Amino acid sequence: MKLITAIIKPEQADNVKKALNKIGVDGLTMTDVKGYGRQKGHTEFYRGSEYEVAFLPKTKLEIAVSSKKYTKALQTILKTAKTGKIGDGKIFVTNLSQVIRVRTGEKGDKAI
Amino acid sequence: MIKLISKISLFLAILLQSSIAFAQAKPVLNSGDASWMLTSTALVLLMTIPGLALFYGGLVGKKNVVSTISQSFMITCIVTLMWFICGYSLTFGEGNLFIGDFSKTFLKGVEVAGLTMTIPESVFVVYQLTFAIITVALICGSIVERINFGALFLFVILWVILVYAPIGHMVWGGGYLSKMGVLDFAGGTVVHINSGIAGLVAAIVIGKRKSKVRPHNVALTMIGASMLWVGWFGFNAGSAVAANGSAGMAMLVTQIAAASAGIAWMLAEWFTGEKKPSLLGLCSGAVAGLVAITPAAGFVSPTSAFLIGLIAGVLCFLACTKLKSALGYDDALDVFGIHAFGGAIGAVLTGVFVTKAIGGEVEGGFDQVKLQLLGVAVTVIYTAVITYIILKVVNLITPLRASDTEEKEGLDLSQHGEQIS
Repeated sequence: MKLITAIIKPEQADNVKKALNKIGVDGLTMTDVKGYGRQKGHTEFYRGSEYEVAFLPKTKLEIAVSSKKYTKALQTILKTAKTGKIGDGKIFVTNLSQVIRVRTGEKGDKAI
Repeated sequence: MIKLISKISLFLAILLQSSIAFAQAKPVLNSGDASWMLTSTALVLLMTIPGLALFYGGLVGKKNVVSTISQSFMITCIVTLMWFICGYSLTFGEGNLFIGDFSKTFLKGVEVAGLTMTIPESVFVVYQLTFAIITVALICGSIVERINFGALFLFVILWVILVYAPIGHMVWGGGYLSKMGVLDFAGGTVVHINSGIAGLVAAIVIGKRKSKVRPHNVALTMIGASMLWVGWFGFNAGSAVAANGSAGMAMLVTQIAAASAGIAWMLAEWFTGEKKPSLLGLCSGAVAGLVAITPAAGFVSPTSAFLIGLIAGVLCFLACTKLKSALGYDDALDVFGIHAFGGAIGAVLTGVFVTKAIGGEVEGGFDQVKLQLLGVAVTVIYTAVITYIILKVVNLITPLRASDTEEKEGLDLSQHGEQIS
């Protein structure tokens, strides 16, 4: 089992969610986050004064997937989150040692 | 028959003349005028709360919103009390060329039947009070995000008596500047140059902010600017102190100047600097146009108003963006760049464009421009010096500036114990 953490553009989040639903990935957690990468922040101008905005708004998706669906899920996220412009974000993948469904106590793949 | 008609017309003429003489001898209440002035008073109060409070509140960082909007509200309350105690009397009491007197302290003599021109004096008292309120509230824009609330409170009490009252008296209370023939229809000098200069002096004395954050919500600023615009009809058209053609013309030119200055600022910004037409630019331009048309409102034609707006929009844009960064003062919300600068532009252009056809008593020209410059100079010098002294005196009692820790934490929590969301 894998945990995919995808930090993406907020405007792409809906696309990603719909595409994942289609391939049978049924659960994800979404958080509004702020941060920067190579893109850095940007500058805004108000009455001629320059303001550095260091942290840009991004969306963080956390998705637990079974080893079987992992590759397909990763490709789907990559395809739907991509705009080709700077600031598309990053994906982190970690191994997941356990998943438990709280209501039934089911464990592992069955709980995903 | 002809004889009879001529006799009747003679009789009517005498009757008419005597009724005019009667009107001059004893002012008569005009309910149309009175109702328009009641309305105007409400409109001008709306300019400060919530208009100016929102205009400024949107432009500060998230940790200084409560602080900024509470300044406008506190000023509304304390200036009202000062006006009641002696402010009205010192501005509109007979007095001398420079200041009124104490004959109307605690509004002594303001009675139900009392009239100022054709409206109840009570309405005149409140109408003029709303001008004093906004003048003082405007100053805060220069010193937000670092002023100590207690110091501001003391400053306001002293400033409204020592600066607003004499300048108001000199221009509107029958004092020096009005006797000289300086034209100021609705308060370009008394309100805008006055507050803009006081703001600049305060910003310099108090010093720069430690750090600047971007405006937290320009949508609030747009709502505030819109309320200022609507309220300005009471400000300018109300300054006719009558519901007549002069009021109507003042309203018309106010609308045109605001619109042309908004567009001028927007275009100036679009084709220079960031190459984008910003909402803040549009709003700032419109306010600059409203400021500039203020002294001219009852005296100039719609075409002149269009030009006044255009000139004020571009020049105030340059003052806020280029002049400020060149000179390095931290006039946080551009009170100097928009109000003092726009007010001075308006004062001078009033001298250029004033015409008898609209309601001026003179035609524009070099002589009138010289007079207008005199009005600007007297106000700038007097306000700058007295404001400086008041700030120094207040500083002896309580520090003008919030402590560094308070400033860093934000004045909302550190000074008021409240915050938005």
